Amino acid sequence: MRYLIIIAAATAAGFGLSSPYLLQLITFIGINTLLALGLNMLMGYAGQISLGHAAFFGLGAYTTGVLTVHYHWSPWAALAAAIILTVIVAFLIALPLLQLSGFYLGMGTLGFGMIANVVFRQWSALTGGDSGLVGIPSLDLGPVSLSSSRNYLLLVWAVVTLFIFLCERLIDSRIGRALKAVHDSERAASSMGIDTGRLKVQIFVLSALMAAIAGFLYAHFVSFISPGTFDFIFSVRLVTMVVIGGMASIWGSLLGAAVLTLLPEALGFFAQYEMIVYGLVLIVIMIVLPQGLFRGIQDIYGQTKFSGQSPSAGSKD
Amino acid sequence: MQEFVQYLFSGVTNGAVYAVIALGFSMLYSSTRLINFAQGEFVMIGALSVISFWKGLKLPLPLAFAGAVGVAALAGLLLDRLAIRKVKKPHPIVLVIITVGASILLRGVAMIVWGKDAHGSPSFSDSPPFEFLGATLLPQSLWILFITLMVVAGLHIFHRKSLTGRAMVACAISKKAAAIVGIPTERMVQLAFAMSAAMGGIGGVLIAPISMSSYDVGMNLGLKGFCAAMIGGLGSSWGAILGGLLLGILEALGVGFLSSGLKDAVAFVLLLLILYFRPSGILGKAAVERF
Repeated sequence: MRYLIIIAAATAAGFGLSSPYLLQLITFIGINTLLALGLNMLMGYAGQISLGHAAFFGLGAYTTGVLTVHYHWSPWAALAAAIILTVIVAFLIALPLLQLSGFYLGMGTLGFGMIANVVFRQWSALTGGDSGLVGIPSLDLGPVSLSSSRNYLLLVWAVVTLFIFLCERLIDSRIGRALKAVHDSERAASSMGIDTGRLKVQIFVLSALMAAIAGFLYAHFVSFISPGTFDFIFSVRLVTMVVIGGMASIWGSLLGAAVLTLLPEALGFFAQYEMIVYGLVLIVIMIVLPQGLFRGIQDIYGQTKFSGQSPSAGSKD
Repeated sequence: MQEFVQYLFSGVTNGAVYAVIALGFSMLYSSTRLINFAQGEFVMIGALSVISFWKGLKLPLPLAFAGAVGVAALAGLLLDRLAIRKVKKPHPIVLVIITVGASILLRGVAMIVWGKDAHGSPSFSDSPPFEFLGATLLPQSLWILFITLMVVAGLHIFHRKSLTGRAMVACAISKKAAAIVGIPTERMVQLAFAMSAAMGGIGGVLIAPISMSSYDVGMNLGLKGFCAAMIGGLGSSWGAILGGLLLGILEALGVGFLSSGLKDAVAFVLLLLILYFRPSGILGKAAVERF
C-alpha cells in the first residue's frame, strides 16, 4: 500500500543519507507536508481558505518554546498545552466567521495571522520579541534520544504518516462525504440536514491543530524560533503549496510541500534572479496545470496511456 | 489637545494614501471579483519609479509623476494580458495564486532594478512645515490630500460622465448584461487592471517623500490598503476612501496614545472587528455594485 512507500522512503532516507543538510531538508519537507495537509483539508475539502495559517504554526512553536524554556515544562506536556490552546483560539476565530459564506473566513484568518505576528514580535518578555527564543530543548522518547537529525526525521515522518492515514479515514467517512457535499453546494448540503457551519468549524480546528503540531516539531528541531518565520509570506507559501500540489488531494499536499520546499534550494543557483523565477514558476503552473501538479500529472499519465494503446484513441478531439 | 491634532494630521495624510490604494483594490474587485495580491507592488513600483525619474533622470516633477503612474499601469496591464487572461478556467483561488506569483515576480524585478537599498525622495515643494491649529503640518500632506481629492473627483466624473466610465460601471453591475448591449467586457477588464494599478502607483508616488521606499515596501502597504477597502466595503469607492481615512487616523492615534509597536496591528484588528460586526464593510451592502 501507499503508506509502505512513505515508510520505506523515510526509513531509507533516514538510514541511507548521511549528509546533515539532506536529512534536515527532508525533515522540513515532512513538517511542511503536515502543514499543507491540514490546510488542504480546509481548502480542498471544506472549500475555505486560510491566509493566516502561519499563526497556528507559530502558536504551536511559541507555546512549546515558552513553556520549555521559561517554565521548564516537559516538551510532551507543552505539546498538550499547545494543542489545547490552539483548539481554543481556532474555535474563537472560526465560530463567528464561519456563519458567513464566501471568503470572509479567509479575510478573518488574514487579520488574525497579522495580529498574531505582531504579538510574537511585541510580547518580548515571553517570546523574546524580534530576537527570538533560544535554547528550546530537543526531544527524547524515554530512552531514545531524538536529537540526532536522523531520529528526528523518522519522528516527523512518523507523525506525517499517521496524519495522512487519519485524513484518508476522515475523507472516506460520513464526515468526508458531508464535506464534499458542502464543497459542491453549501445550500444543497444544508438542505439535506448537514450542519454546515459546525462542520466547517470542526475542519478549521483540525487544520489549526495540525499546524500547531507542526510548530511543535519545528521548534524542537531548530531550537531557535523567531517571528520572521511565522509571517504572512509563510501563510501565502502554505496556500501555494496546497494549490500547486493539488487541492482536495492528500498526496497532492505532499507533492506541493516537497516542490515548494525544494524549489528555493534549487533556485539558489539563480542568485538574485531567484524571486523572479519563483514568481514565474507559480504563474506558469497555475496557467498550465490549474488543478495542481498531482492531478495534472495524473491527467498527463492518463492521456499518454490512451495514446499508447491505439492510434485513433490518442486524438482527444 | 495639541498632540491629538498632530496625530490627526499625520493620520489623515497616511489615510489618504491608504484610500488611494484601497480605491485600486475596490475598483478591480468591482470589475472582476478578483482580489489582487500584487496591488501593493504597484504602489512600490510607483514610488521607486518616481524617485528614479525625478531624482535620477532629473525629469520635471509632473512628468516624473505621470511616468511613474504609467509604469505601474503598464505592469497592471501586463499582469492581465500575460497571466490572468491565459487562465482557461478562472477559479478564484487559481487567480489569487497568480497574483501572488506576480507580486513575488514584481518584487524580484524591483530588487534587480533598484537594489535592496531604501531610497528617499524630496517633498514635492520646498516650503518648510508650518503651524496649523497648534500642530505642525508638512506641505507634503497638503499635496497628498489635494491629489487624492483630484483622483477621487476625476474618478467620479469618469464613471458618471464619460462613456467608457459608464461602460465600466455597467460591467461591474453585470458582465453578461454589459456584453449583451455591446460593451467589450474584456477590454473593460483590461482597463480596470490598468486603472487600479495606476491607483496603486499614485499612492506610491504620494508616499515616496514621507517614507523610505525599497523593493519590499509593497506588501505592507498593499495589505493595509486592502484592509481599508474591506473596512469601507469592497467594491464601493466612497467606502475605500472612508476606510482609508479611518484606518490612517486610528493608526496614528494608536501609535500616539498606545504604542508604536502595535501600529501594524491596528489595521487588522479593525478588519476583524468589521468582519465580526458588519462584514460587507461600513458602506458595503448599499454600495456594493455601484461606483
